[in-house]
Amino acid sequence: MPQFAALQRKDNKSVRYLVVDDSVFARKNLIKMIQTFGGEVAGEAGDGLTAIAEFNRTKPDIVLMDITMPQMEGIEAVERIVRQHSDARIVMVSSVGYQENILAALQKGAKHFVQKPVKAEVLYEILRYVLSDDPAAAGAPTVLAGEHA
Amino acid sequence: MRMELIQPFINAADAVFSDLLHSSAKIIDLTMDEDTYRRKGVAALIAIKGDIEGRVILDLSPEVAVKVASHLAGSELTASEQLVRETVCELANMVIGNSVTLLNDQGFRFKVFPPEIHADETGLSSTVDTEAMVLGLETPCGEIYLNIAMHYLRRRRSERGSLAVLD
Repeated sequence: MPQFAALQRKDNKSVRYLVVDDSVFARKNLIKMIQTFGGEVAGEAGDGLTAIAEFNRTKPDIVLMDITMPQMEGIEAVERIVRQHSDARIVMVSSVGYQENILAALQKGAKHFVQKPVKAEVLYEILRYVLSDDPAAAGAPTVLAGEHA
Repeated sequence: MRMELIQPFINAADAVFSDLLHSSAKIIDLTMDEDTYRRKGVAALIAIKGDIEGRVILDLSPEVAVKVASHLAGSELTASEQLVRETVCELANMVIGNSVTLLNDQGFRFKVFPPEIHADETGLSSTVDTEAMVLGLETPCGEIYLNIAMHYLRRRRSERGSLAVLD
């Protein structure tokens, strides 16, 4: 995996992530990438209902949210989280990347969408973009030169 | 089963394995399966409902699953039942998710359900309405099989629109 400059909040603290996916395997892969970006895992969830509870408990800077999950799907979880926390920053991470899904997620309040299989450099740029929009997060770290795959 | 339903699975499988394993997948088997499906290793089944209905099974041996997981982790992983199941389910998610994205681009609308590990010894039979296509792929980690059984439930949106105009 390429090396990346750490993504940080404006207060120089690590960005805290909530990782939501019904696949432990997928969560592990995302967590590995997050740690490469200098991030910290605030919590994990395997379905939408647990994601809402974990969001309220951990108040993460970023949520990485799968769509197809048991009990409650990701798009409904996004709607419920954003209804309570309009400043929530949620990035959808799903293998099902058709337009209706993406639009539905964005309309419910998600900030971005990345299709699986996730490439670290793509996720990094999306997180950088989403964080740069966040007044509490730092803006401009870049991928170390020449270290892209 | 019509080729327009199969091609997206071939394209998606190739794209996903190329991304994950940094090498194209080679088709080693493409046959119609009219008999009861018998899994070759550990299989994840994903159900599809909508304009097209049916199920897709991704099937691989535990040894191949561990090789794929180790490749993705960047280090040799110890084989375990949980690791194998998780790997097979996530591969199924990615291949089938990307496939239905391509089918959606063709105008088909449907819902995809989370994968279930398919441990039945006998498996699911094809029917007259739902023929199964077996797609075998050779990857750098070993052979991976897709068993695709789907049928049209409704015409796609563009065709429904054309018929309305003709009426």
